[in-house]
Amino acid sequence: MHWLSLPPPAISLGQAPDAATLVSLRLWFDCRTLPPPVAWLALFQGLWILNTDITRNVGHRTDAAPTISMIGTRAMLFEAPGAFTMAHQRRIWALMEAAQARPDVQELIPGVTNLMLVFSTPPEQPGHVADWLRHAWETLPERHIKGRLFEIGVRYGGALGEDLAAVAAHAGLPPQDVISIHHGSEYTVCAIGSAPGFGYLHGLDPRIATPRKAVPSLKMLAGTVTIGGMQAGISALTGPNGWNSIGYTEICLFDPHREPPALFAIGDRIRFYPESIEL
Amino acid sequence: MITILETSALNTVQDLGRPGYRNLGVGTSGVMDHVALQVGNILLHNQPGDACIELQTYPFVLRFETAGSFAVTGIDADITLDGTPVLPWSVMTAAPEQMLRVGQPRAGARGYVCIAGGIDVPVVLGSRSTQLRGSFGGMDGRPLEAGDTLKTSGVTTPVAGYGAVPPTSILAAPGGQDSTVINLRAIPATDYALFTAQAHERLWHTQWRITPQSNRVGYRLSGAPLELHQRVELRSYGIVPGIVQVPPAGEPIVQLADANTAGGYPRIVTVIEADLWRLAQARIGARIRFHECTHQQGVAAMAPIEAYLDDLRMMVAHYRKSALRRTGAKPGDKA
Repeated sequence: MHWLSLPPPAISLGQAPDAATLVSLRLWFDCRTLPPPVAWLALFQGLWILNTDITRNVGHRTDAAPTISMIGTRAMLFEAPGAFTMAHQRRIWALMEAAQARPDVQELIPGVTNLMLVFSTPPEQPGHVADWLRHAWETLPERHIKGRLFEIGVRYGGALGEDLAAVAAHAGLPPQDVISIHHGSEYTVCAIGSAPGFGYLHGLDPRIATPRKAVPSLKMLAGTVTIGGMQAGISALTGPNGWNSIGYTEICLFDPHREPPALFAIGDRIRFYPESIEL
Repeated sequence: MITILETSALNTVQDLGRPGYRNLGVGTSGVMDHVALQVGNILLHNQPGDACIELQTYPFVLRFETAGSFAVTGIDADITLDGTPVLPWSVMTAAPEQMLRVGQPRAGARGYVCIAGGIDVPVVLGSRSTQLRGSFGGMDGRPLEAGDTLKTSGVTTPVAGYGAVPPTSILAAPGGQDSTVINLRAIPATDYALFTAQAHERLWHTQWRITPQSNRVGYRLSGAPLELHQRVELRSYGIVPGIVQVPPAGEPIVQLADANTAGGYPRIVTVIEADLWRLAQARIGARIRFHECTHQQGVAAMAPIEAYLDDLRMMVAHYRKSALRRTGAKPGDKA
């Protein structure tokens, strides 16, 4: 048995480096991360804005400025200010299209009035990317996507919609009204995420918005029609789920061998209609 | 080809993951310990993206139906080939009909059975990794079962009997020498400031215990609860491995390889990418501690790992060349 002996790595933050290594370490840092003096102001501003985003309190969610934060070293989250409106979501879609063209972006994860950028390598100066995002957000027009219309039959209530009573209680309305309010709206697919093919839907009437459950259901069936806060959805997979179930539909939201694999795409519209009601 | 003779729940085929489909709700999956798979593939002269079997439960027994070189990385355990001990982190060649057995690890949690040429399951959405939630990829989208057969290339390395020094011996642990605690560096995330000063204090000073409700999706930690100034209802946002969320009960969850692509709980910190392999090898019941680090420190922390893998690549290439010269074989000859 021959063991390959490896020299210790050149830079190891956990070990106390000797003076010479320390110098070379610092030089390495200097030439890698310090921008020329002209760029200092921009960097300073960028970092300052990033910092305030992290240190600001709860109030920032209603401020006019977006919140931009790093998630680890390789992901950045852009969150739009203000309410969950389609106007905001269309601006997120516009931002997504613009960010797609950035060479440092490996993956984009649009969320509900937010966008996560996953970089192929960590940005050396996240502040610059944050500035770019902020500028794009302020200048880009809304992006309108003419999606397809899906009409989906729902079996409301019963064992597969067992949280209908809780939603009705929270809304202070009879369950029948919750159902007619739910299928009275047209919904738009804002983003796909969480589970393969799951669409986050905009268009829920605020009267039936209901917070996520404190104790999630352990085995909610795929196809369960749900409400989570101001968001509506159809669960894509069977499994644990913290959203409130109000009904059920038989629909396959994702097939990895289909092209495209997800049934819904952002911008698609959905209308529900009652197939049956069980109270 | 190999046949699985003995396995229990949760052992799956994985590669480096399935990036690029998070916008359709498809998480990356892939090995929990990226370093261990890369070491295995370097030792075997495989492609970096070749797939392996990730072990989480033991014992695990397979039979080589055709000859194959292999390496078991990630853990230290009793590993035998037809009863003869085999060292972890090293390359051996099995003849047809020989049985490889991997016992309970002495150190580490996730073992990687890497085979020359990789495990050949169909590529689904760009990867061979098992997507358990979506039930696709890997072996029909499910964990391995006894009786499963997996295609392998039948390739053997021209020389065997060499190994790598495990990363735990080379890469200095971030928090010092205390081996009873796993130290992880973390960067404050979006909602850090929404937590109370006491929560910040607890976050950095608690020795968090990894609860039994921990798996490839995420680790649930137990300790004194982390409280927000006031409750928030967030809109769903993207998730990447390492993000630490705090559900209403106050006990944090570290999201990992099989995490959902989006979530809605407040985000307090993110464990840096360079330390995720240490978390992958942490067992249930182990204690972990978070250490605050900056973006620059988090980026720089990848350098020792890259250097370790580069050195290994170079040493393996040198060793293979010199061993071939000694035996008089020419590169490309079968062993």
